[in-house]
Amino acid sequence: MARIVLDDLAHSYRPHPAGPDDYALKRIDTVWEDGGAYALLGPSGCGKTTLLNIISGLLIPSQGRVLYDETDVTRLPPEKRNIAQVFQFPVLYDTMTVRENLSFPLRNRGVSPSDTATRVMEVAQALDLVAVLDAKASGLSADAKQKISLGRGLVRSDVAAILFDEPLTVIDPHLKWQLRRKLKEIHDRFKLTLIYVTHDQVEAMTFADQVVVMYDGEIVQIGTPQDLFENPEHTFVGYFIGSPGMNLLPVTMDGEAALTGSSRIPLTPALAGKARAAAAAGAKLELGIRPMYLGLEDAGVDYGVAARINLVEDQGDCRIVTVSMGDVTVKARVPEGRAIPSQEARAVFPPEWTRIFADGRLLK
Amino acid sequence: MEKWDDNKAWFLVLPVFLVVAFSAIIPLMTVVNYSVQDIMAPGQGIFVGPEWYREVLHDPRLHEAFLRQLIYSFTVLAIEIPLGIAVALTLPSKGWKVSACLVLLALPLLIPWNVVGTIWVVFSRPDIGLAGVTINELLGIPYNYTADPMDSWLTVVIMDIWHWTPLVVLLCYAGLQAIPEAYYQAAKIDGASRWAVFRFIQLPKMRGVLMIAVLLRFMDSFMIYTEPFVLTGGGPGNSTTFLSQFLTKMAIGQFDLGPAAAFSLIYFLVILLLSYIFYTVITNLGKGVAK
Ligand SMILES: Nc1ncnc2c1ncn2[C@@H]1O[C@H](COP(=O)(O)OP(=O)(O)OP(=O)(O)O)[C@@H](O)[C@H]1O
Ligand SMILES: [Mg+2]
Repeated sequence: MARIVLDDLAHSYRPHPAGPDDYALKRIDTVWEDGGAYALLGPSGCGKTTLLNIISGLLIPSQGRVLYDETDVTRLPPEKRNIAQVFQFPVLYDTMTVRENLSFPLRNRGVSPSDTATRVMEVAQALDLVAVLDAKASGLSADAKQKISLGRGLVRSDVAAILFDEPLTVIDPHLKWQLRRKLKEIHDRFKLTLIYVTHDQVEAMTFADQVVVMYDGEIVQIGTPQDLFENPEHTFVGYFIGSPGMNLLPVTMDGEAALTGSSRIPLTPALAGKARAAAAAGAKLELGIRPMYLGLEDAGVDYGVAARINLVEDQGDCRIVTVSMGDVTVKARVPEGRAIPSQEARAVFPPEWTRIFADGRLLK
Repeated sequence: MEKWDDNKAWFLVLPVFLVVAFSAIIPLMTVVNYSVQDIMAPGQGIFVGPEWYREVLHDPRLHEAFLRQLIYSFTVLAIEIPLGIAVALTLPSKGWKVSACLVLLALPLLIPWNVVGTIWVVFSRPDIGLAGVTINELLGIPYNYTADPMDSWLTVVIMDIWHWTPLVVLLCYAGLQAIPEAYYQAAKIDGASRWAVFRFIQLPKMRGVLMIAVLLRFMDSFMIYTEPFVLTGGGPGNSTTFLSQFLTKMAIGQFDLGPAAAFSLIYFLVILLLSYIFYTVITNLGKGVAK
């Protein structure tokens, strides 16, 4: 087990990258602590697989270093690093039995037959594969096949980390939930470093202590699930985490207030100052607020922004209200029992929950 | 569900039935017809029953040709299949080199068969051929494929390898290209050796195309005619007379239509049987291994 340091990494799949758009990973400089359970969350194409492949050694980065503890492994091939990786789709050795599949990584490393048998048994028990140990792997269901792939990742006891690249995509929802819990258990028991790629926020939130959010080749935020929810540092995090995601409105500054269309949204003086500075420097400004913090009041009150209720969706413990303010729409999450104005209303942006993002990044 | 009493749908099969009848069944029946009669002149035949079959099956020249044929087919398979796999494994997998290699490889497959024979005649002649002269003069090994049975046999085998290994290569290459990258990545993570990658990933994934390659090469080599006919004419002696040439000699050279027809049918059944055995063995190969 080890602490994994990514030192100023960048990667381009092109031989002669010209601009930043040619890079699949733009600049990654981060540390994965020993024994952490990390979820790597991000939209399709943001570079998650690329990052994992660089950590495991399947790819050599165009720039930067990968360290396991103090050792520089940037140029070592995967078999010379101590790392396990599980892929999105099951990879099996068709002609082997389940037992042989699970023993394969150990056999290749010259682990003694008795140790191999013990480890294989432990993993098979953890993953409910004992009954099929002697069956041909090729004849099994997709679920079982993916469990075998997981098993091959888990079977080595000495790895620096286990990397999972969306390993549960092909698995049915119920079993998915079980397996995720199983992985969590294994993590708690053996204190392995796990890096788990997903683009499902619920999966990321339930699995990980730390969620690493990637966007367009960069890590935009690392934090606990709660952190990400309360203090998104990037518009993508705000929009991606939470259901529905953060409301994001393009704004311009006018004195102490943000303007969207004809609506004036007052900001704290400190934030307004920074926003004006950012706007002066040419940044594109967006105002963000979580639906749960957006207030809706009767049209009579003398604060807030004029708004019109478009749609109310009942979600059991709350209602999601779609509101239009001029030509922009926002969503509000109203707890059960709170009255909702019928048509005309005032949308209230509490300054302590109103955020401003300049070119996607939070102004602090 | 109720069944239809009126099975008009069968008429839809009629075109296929007609095509198969005219292309296979009717010609085959003509052969069956010849094989049980002694034809004196057109329209004058006497029914002789299994007579020709008995005669053909007991013909020692046929036994020899059959044995020669089997050895030839198995030699050719034993060389072309492993060689084809080996070449396919060394081909590049992307870039402009792929097209270049594939075109070069496909060239022998595009040459008409009698031209292949002619090329090798010119190539191997001990007096003027590039190979013939090189072997005789530069290497000092006496070589004359028109006179020495062993030389001529080897020449035919090498010609077949030159002509047909590319087919095996192309099939294997297609099989290799279809293997998802993730398999190789997983193998690297699992610390598999090059040999293990071949044995546990590439070979099992190529099973389908290999089966096609073996069947095609077996059937084709078992029916080989044109190239040895042009190159050696079946000689010297009978050393390169394979089954189809034997058959042609019998039917056209000697006008023994009855025995030739009987032999055609036996030939056909043998190919069918051997192909079936190959097919069964190869499809079951993967299933039995791990047990
Ligand atoms: N082998 C490759 N050659 C060239 N470009 C690639 C290659 N693999 C990925 N890319 C590009 O690099 C970028 C990042 O891809 P990557 O596979 O890392 O994304 P991802 O976050 O894993 O996406 P997904 O969620 O779809 O798996 C994408 O723009 C992709 O098109
Ligand atoms: Mg991916």
